[in-house]
Amino acid sequence: MSSESTEVHHEEHGEGMTRKKIVQIFLVLLGITVVEFIIALWLVPKGHIPLHWANPIYIVLTLFKAFYIVAYFMHLKFEKIGMALSIIVPILFIIGLILVLTNESHYWVDLRPKV
Amino acid sequence: MSVQVSPIDEVKTTPWSGGRSPFNVEYGKMMMWFFLLSDAFTFSSLLIAYGALRFSSSSWPAPDLVFQSVPGLLDSGAPLVFVGLMTFILILSSVTMVLAVEAGHRMAKKEVLWWMVATIIGGFTFLGCQALEWSHLHHEGFWWGHIPTAEELKHVFNGGNEATYATYAQQFANLFFTITGFHGFHVFSGVIINIIITINVLAGTYQKRGSYLMIEKVGLYWHFVDLVWVFVFTFFYLV
Repeated sequence: MSSESTEVHHEEHGEGMTRKKIVQIFLVLLGITVVEFIIALWLVPKGHIPLHWANPIYIVLTLFKAFYIVAYFMHLKFEKIGMALSIIVPILFIIGLILVLTNESHYWVDLRPKV
Repeated sequence: MSVQVSPIDEVKTTPWSGGRSPFNVEYGKMMMWFFLLSDAFTFSSLLIAYGALRFSSSSWPAPDLVFQSVPGLLDSGAPLVFVGLMTFILILSSVTMVLAVEAGHRMAKKEVLWWMVATIIGGFTFLGCQALEWSHLHHEGFWWGHIPTAEELKHVFNGGNEATYATYAQQFANLFFTITGFHGFHVFSGVIINIIITINVLAGTYQKRGSYLMIEKVGLYWHFVDLVWVFVFTFFYLV
């Protein structure tokens, strides 16, 4: 094959992130952070939301923020699917570690000082 | 006499049949992604260890009691305000970085330069805020291996067995300084890398090269630092 086909084609990378889109994503990230603050400073102290509900909400909102940063700011949504998968699939190991250590931490309770 | 071409002899042009880059991504950029993946493992190990220690503790310093000062303005009574400002600054510097990348696609050297300068200023501001936050906690008595007196500790806990406060406060202090320190070190490296790249932009290196791909690569690192902060913020300040 000719050497041209081995070059990286940049024109495909141009799609997606216009300035308007960047501002939109910024407003989404800012909005999610503001919602987190409203929960932490008003809804939980005033008792509108119990604390054990607030924590999963924070984590879900954080994952949304992570998605927007990785997909749009880091441009992963616009890369080839193989490239995106080679980054996303190994994250399963992290989920594994979370499951193992949260399970393990239940046993650590008994090892703690009882004083 | 015609020769029948069997399908196996046809030149294949699919992405994985060789002769081209299947991910359609430049080598350095792909390697930056894999480096960030490995860094994500490091940070998640630290954060998961923090989570496991915290879940196994019967009490823990309450974030809105520990972090309620705005250094230089208020000593207490403003929970999470200062860290909110830090989060805003870091997200903003991430935005200026994407704008630099976008300007790079248009080969607009001047715009790239100014957005990079804005990103560096954002990075330094964040580091300054973190230094204030650290010195505030240090003055309160928290440090690696140090905690405030038992009397003062009562003000940062929301109930629980008082005899166990010292143990958990010490774990909190060690984890807080280790994890935010490791993150701050990444921010610092990012700022230094951004400065080097900005000098190259100024010298016209990328204009000569015909592409601002380097901006994208350091951009990936910078967004990753922002990404990690999003998690550190959630698990240290909100949960």
